[in-house]
Amino acid sequence: MGLFILRRIVIMILTALCLTFIVFVLTNLQPNLEKLAKTQGNVRMTDEQVATWLEMNGYTDPMLSRYGQWLGLLPGWTREDAEGNVTGRCISRDVPADVAPERCGVLQGDWGWSTVLRDEVSAIIGTRLGLTGILMFWVMLLMVPMALIMGVLAGMREGSRLDRSLSTVSIASTATPEYVSGVILIAVFASSAVGLKWFKGTATSAMDGITFENFTLPVVTIALYGMGYIARMTRASMTEVMTAQYIRTARLKGVSFPNIVLKHALRNALIAPFTVIMLQIPWLLNGVVIVETLFNYKGFGWTLVQAASNNDIELLLGCSVVAVVVVLVTQLISDVGYIFLNPRIRIS
Amino acid sequence: MTKWDYDGPILEIDKLSISFFTRLREIPAVMDFSVTVQPGEAMGLVGESGCGKSTVALGVMQDLGVNGRIVGGSIKFKGRDLGEMSAEELRHIRGSEIAMIYQEPMASLNPAMKIGKQLMEVPMIHEGISAKDAWDRALEVVTDVRLPDPKRMLNSYPHQLSGGQQQRIVIAMALMSKPSLLILDEPTTALDVTVEAAVVELVKELGKKYGTSMLFISHNLGLILETCDRLCVMYSGEAVERGSIEDVFDEMQHPYTQALFRSIPLPGADKNARPLVAIPGNFPLPHERPPGCNFGPRCDYFEAGRCDAGDIQMFPVPGNDRHATRCLKFQEIDWNAPMARAVSAEAAEIGRTVLKVDKLKKYYEVAANALFSGHRKVVKANEELSFEAREGETLAIVGESGCGKSTFAKVLMGLETATGGTITLDNSSIEQIPIEKRDTGTVSSVQMVFQNPFDTLNPSMTVGRQIIRALEIFRFGNSEAERRARMLELLDLVKLPRAFAERMPRQLSGGQKQRVGIARAFAGGARIVVADEPVSALDVSVQAAVTDLLMEIQREEKTTLLFISHDLSIVRYLSDRVLVMYLGHVVEMGTTDQVFSPPYHPYTEALLSAVPIADTSVAKKHIVLDGDIPSAMNPPPGCPFQTRCRWKSEVPGNLCETEVPPIRDLGDGHQVKCHLADDLLARMEPVITLAAE
Repeated sequence: MGLFILRRIVIMILTALCLTFIVFVLTNLQPNLEKLAKTQGNVRMTDEQVATWLEMNGYTDPMLSRYGQWLGLLPGWTREDAEGNVTGRCISRDVPADVAPERCGVLQGDWGWSTVLRDEVSAIIGTRLGLTGILMFWVMLLMVPMALIMGVLAGMREGSRLDRSLSTVSIASTATPEYVSGVILIAVFASSAVGLKWFKGTATSAMDGITFENFTLPVVTIALYGMGYIARMTRASMTEVMTAQYIRTARLKGVSFPNIVLKHALRNALIAPFTVIMLQIPWLLNGVVIVETLFNYKGFGWTLVQAASNNDIELLLGCSVVAVVVVLVTQLISDVGYIFLNPRIRIS
Repeated sequence: MTKWDYDGPILEIDKLSISFFTRLREIPAVMDFSVTVQPGEAMGLVGESGCGKSTVALGVMQDLGVNGRIVGGSIKFKGRDLGEMSAEELRHIRGSEIAMIYQEPMASLNPAMKIGKQLMEVPMIHEGISAKDAWDRALEVVTDVRLPDPKRMLNSYPHQLSGGQQQRIVIAMALMSKPSLLILDEPTTALDVTVEAAVVELVKELGKKYGTSMLFISHNLGLILETCDRLCVMYSGEAVERGSIEDVFDEMQHPYTQALFRSIPLPGADKNARPLVAIPGNFPLPHERPPGCNFGPRCDYFEAGRCDAGDIQMFPVPGNDRHATRCLKFQEIDWNAPMARAVSAEAAEIGRTVLKVDKLKKYYEVAANALFSGHRKVVKANEELSFEAREGETLAIVGESGCGKSTFAKVLMGLETATGGTITLDNSSIEQIPIEKRDTGTVSSVQMVFQNPFDTLNPSMTVGRQIIRALEIFRFGNSEAERRARMLELLDLVKLPRAFAERMPRQLSGGQKQRVGIARAFAGGARIVVADEPVSALDVSVQAAVTDLLMEIQREEKTTLLFISHDLSIVRYLSDRVLVMYLGHVVEMGTTDQVFSPPYHPYTEALLSAVPIADTSVAKKHIVLDGDIPSAMNPPPGCPFQTRCRWKSEVPGNLCETEVPPIRDLGDGHQVKCHLADDLLARMEPVITLAAE
């Protein structure tokens, strides 16, 4: 088991390297860099000035070398201008050239500087991820149990009235995008249109302190969308298990219906949805953009949009590293959990 | 609720009718079915698939699903009508009073639950005993079903056990609460013959020990003979004959029962002199049953205007004990009349050698662990296979699952390449040429008939198109018209109406599909046809027809037939020579007579003894093999059969455990791979003896 996880982690690191390299190449394409030069230097720079700026800021090194520097595996670049001032990747106003470390990259904990938000990338990601984390936590807490209960209840008696009504609900909830359900929820529960002013239509205040009032609507909006999907998967898996021969064995052994569902069917039925649930986590991380914008909740998705629309290369890279790691880690957890749920798969 | 005492019959089914309701119509599955099971009695229920025997079992369990309903009659268990019980009462009866054993043990055990827990559940529900007591009970019952290392068994998951062990667990589960009635639905169909024999013996013994009544459902008459006291033959939803084993087997009073017995290969049947008589026609679909007698259209004694006039009742047969038949003419038919001589044919001439296999070896390398390569294990699927097959000859390859017979077929067909040795087809060796690299001539001359006709035809292509496709691949004919003509000829050859060319596979019955499979195999004028269990998925009455067809085509085309099977009755019936395999080794080879009479290889002896024979006049020596077939991943040292051999003690020293026996020739090409001394082999008694007539 330990060896299995170790192997998976090694593969995971390799995958992460490949994926981040692709993102690195894409964000560091020449037009992006030129745009960066103009925003950082002067909008009216000539082409020669742009070239010099790029040269002076280390953007003319070969792509692989720059990727290495960004990772922190290769020493950061240094340049000396005509006046003898030394500039470099690791040199800044706070860190003069004589004390600057040789390498500074992701591995050293230096994620770079966000040109838009004017702060350390690591600090921005830290706070924003924390905010989204809180949102995700409440979403999962609401979505997963509800979806599983709905799926199991619908799947245990296929074709029954309960099944049909729950299936309708879950299809409807999956078919409604967040920007529709969010708007409807705001209109119904937060505006004077209906008059039920139960909750707040914005979650800005939730960044400082969560209350039932300011956080319910964003959580419910995301949960509704994801819930239908998981519920459908669970239902499909449950109906299949309920027709299995071992369920008939259990029934003809005299096991009562609730016990058949809980003791015999549930564990087998959860194997397939488990992977789906784990896949929902990275989806939540990136897919919450709409909801975060709608409710003005400045989380990770909001940051990603800011970085992408403002050509903030280092912030964008930082976001993608986080996204890649989250995807890979959740998949590892889902594989390990799968082994745990399904005794037919045993590792040495 | 406690178990109640009742003196009368355990189970009384009276005029039971069960129907399934679809959107279109009501489909009657069981009609006017009556049977009584006395305490301690074993009742057999025989019939072909679709005759309603499993529906009866589920009816007794009151578990017919959403669409099924009992539409008439009653099922009384110990005097109480099951149909009138509440769901709660039924739940108490299921598992504690009536228990069931199923066809596929793997599917009927919960894969995600430990075996111990699944067993303990039964008494914990019904008797409310503590987990500790239930565990002790489980341990006791698992010991009773003779599983090795019971404690480890209880702590394992179902997939960690072999098929035979799983079936023993299912039996143990059924016996946990000492039920009064045990329903066995084809309990051994998924198992190998030697394992089947052991399971059957176990069931019989436990039935006696616990005094349980049994309802034994099977399509295998031989198995019913070995296990039951009485039987009921079913045809198309009705009981057609009912009585004690002796009465029904020896003095059958219904044409269907008679036809059934004539279509199974009993010792004495011979493919040339005394061929099997197949039942003509097809099983009627449930909504297309004929008026009057259901068997009428296929019956030799059918009398228009009488047999199809109206519903027919069960008539008691005078003179016999509780023997009844659903035939109007049973007193007029001369049951002892010898069967009309089916056309006996000249034995095909056996010609020159076509195929020569010499020291063929096939090893597989498998990673010992599914996830990590590195440590590799070698599975020796075929060890030193040597034989010759001649033109027009039927060579049977016999053995249980995992013996390497299918691997050999794959190597011969070119789906795998050999590890060592040679296969010579007409002076060229083909063992290293995979099928993609074989020339059309070789491909079309070595063809295969597959086991499962349901999966081997493309469901979205007409029958004719599929045969023409084969002809195209074999580069037969120059034009579409020519190939079409040949396709129609092939349909004639396999005795299918030419109109079938336009049909889709789903419109065909199993037997008809297998005929299409045969037509496809013979499309390119195959000279060697490998038939891998060609009839084992078919019903008894269809088996005979397909077997005879295969024989007839072989006779005409002078094809060499390699008949792979585990069914020794059919092998004895149709093969000229037999090759017995065990764990990749050929343990015995010779003509059919040589193999089926002593001296035997100990494995052949056990195999012969394990095959149930549906004939009361046959006396069989009882040999039950212990344990399972060892895994090919980890074969025993020395003789492959030494772990289960009952003669092992007769061989001096530890020869069996250390050395693989040499192949010995006992004269006339009869080869045996055994250490036993000549005098011991000579003293072996025949396993099957026909009682003097």
